[in-house]
Amino acid sequence: MTTKATLLSAQELDRALTRIAHEIVESSKGADNLALVGVHTRGVPIAERLAAKIGAFESTTPPVGKLDITLYRDDLTEIALQPVVKRTEVDFDIAGMRLVLCDDVLYTGRTARAALDALIDMGRPAVIQYAVLIDRGHRELPIRADYVGKNVPTRQSEVVKVKLQEIDGVDEVILEERILDRDRGEK
Amino acid sequence: MSEPLRHLLDFQQVDRDQIDAILETTEVMAQVLERPVKRVPALQGFTVATLFYEDSTRTRLSFERAARAQSADVMAFSKGGTSVSKGESLRDTVATLDALQVDAYVVRHPAAGAPIQIAQWTKARVINAGDGRRAHPTQALLDAYSYRQATGRAFEDTRLVIVGDVAHSRVARSNAELWHKLGAQVVLCGPPTLLPPSLAALPGVKLEPNLQDALKGAHVVMALRIQQERLTSARLPSLAAYAAQYQLSEDRLALADDDVVVMHPGPMNRDVEIDGALADGPRSLVTRQVAAGVPVRMAVLYHLLVGKGSR
Repeated sequence: MTTKATLLSAQELDRALTRIAHEIVESSKGADNLALVGVHTRGVPIAERLAAKIGAFESTTPPVGKLDITLYRDDLTEIALQPVVKRTEVDFDIAGMRLVLCDDVLYTGRTARAALDALIDMGRPAVIQYAVLIDRGHRELPIRADYVGKNVPTRQSEVVKVKLQEIDGVDEVILEERILDRDRGEK
Repeated sequence: MSEPLRHLLDFQQVDRDQIDAILETTEVMAQVLERPVKRVPALQGFTVATLFYEDSTRTRLSFERAARAQSADVMAFSKGGTSVSKGESLRDTVATLDALQVDAYVVRHPAAGAPIQIAQWTKARVINAGDGRRAHPTQALLDAYSYRQATGRAFEDTRLVIVGDVAHSRVARSNAELWHKLGAQVVLCGPPTLLPPSLAALPGVKLEPNLQDALKGAHVVMALRIQQERLTSARLPSLAAYAAQYQLSEDRLALADDDVVVMHPGPMNRDVEIDGALADGPRSLVTRQVAAGVPVRMAVLYHLLVGKGSR
């Protein structure tokens, strides 16, 4: 991998999340009945940060759930030798709630599709919205995000890497070029 | 990260990482079974065949439930009515089912090694659901899982005692194999006639015919079912004589660890191998064991079937 560009610095990332937090509250007309659900792995800290930001300017802090969508993927035979299943922790009843599904990157839309199925199996929320830090295009399903930190046109050979303090020790979003094994010898 | 498992025949070819991964996934599967919708699509499009050449309701049903809870299709094949014999005809049965595009076989067979044989004939995955006296790996996994969930004690600090007709027990063999791999100390106990010295060949296993000595410091004690059909043999003179010496009871557990728990693979002969009050009491993990059957088997099916190149 070679780094091509920094898409978001730590400060820009924080501003994007602050803006999304405000947009969520505006759209939901407050924070009552609102809950955030992060998709493992990097959607979880994003949901937690959004909840904390909302809590800072509203009277209530919305609850945060963690969602693992591995068992709902349609590409289980393609993504890894042995996809690891993580725990889903949604400790509140989602029936009738306004849910905001949170993830780091929106790409093909397959993760979101799987997440919707996983959420609906847990109950019947009133609304599900979708918040992502980066929308990089190349959708394979009719899915769009309600809240986007930054839209980034990309090539499919590129990789968007979101790094978050809680997991990676640093806040930044970078664009990398994937070096395919078959290209290596030729260069 | 170790290689993905292809088959679960026994624990000889399974390493610690793979066992830990299955136990971790079991927790997630148990969570799925607590939801209003007790089904995930993970195995959509896969076909699981249960191939039972020996009577079993609980094991077969829990495998079928485990497959369906992940949206797999299930085909049940049992020997009932058909003139099934060993060798060629087993091979023919497998060839027939292979033609129906089975992705995984769950096999119970009275002949030790039958699942190993099937694994050589088919491209599908094979899970051993009990073969002769040899192995019953999913029972051992659900025992280990139930113990860990109930006590939280590390396997490395655990003394496991298995009491009963060890000679004829595939449950004892698989548990001895598994718990040794997990780092536990394993003691097999029973009347000397049912405790052949050949069992000492199992790695890390100690034989102890005296129940009192075996129970000293035990953290978990498993009682094995005394199979009534063995009573005719000279090995076991009477149920009363067995119970007098080897029945697990609260009194006899006095020598064990204060927090000792007891297990039984079922079906139980109450007041023969285990005192009824003990089986129903707070030390008993029997209900947990039954409940763990489906999530453990879900995890095993998931680990064998899912992943790159599995189709």
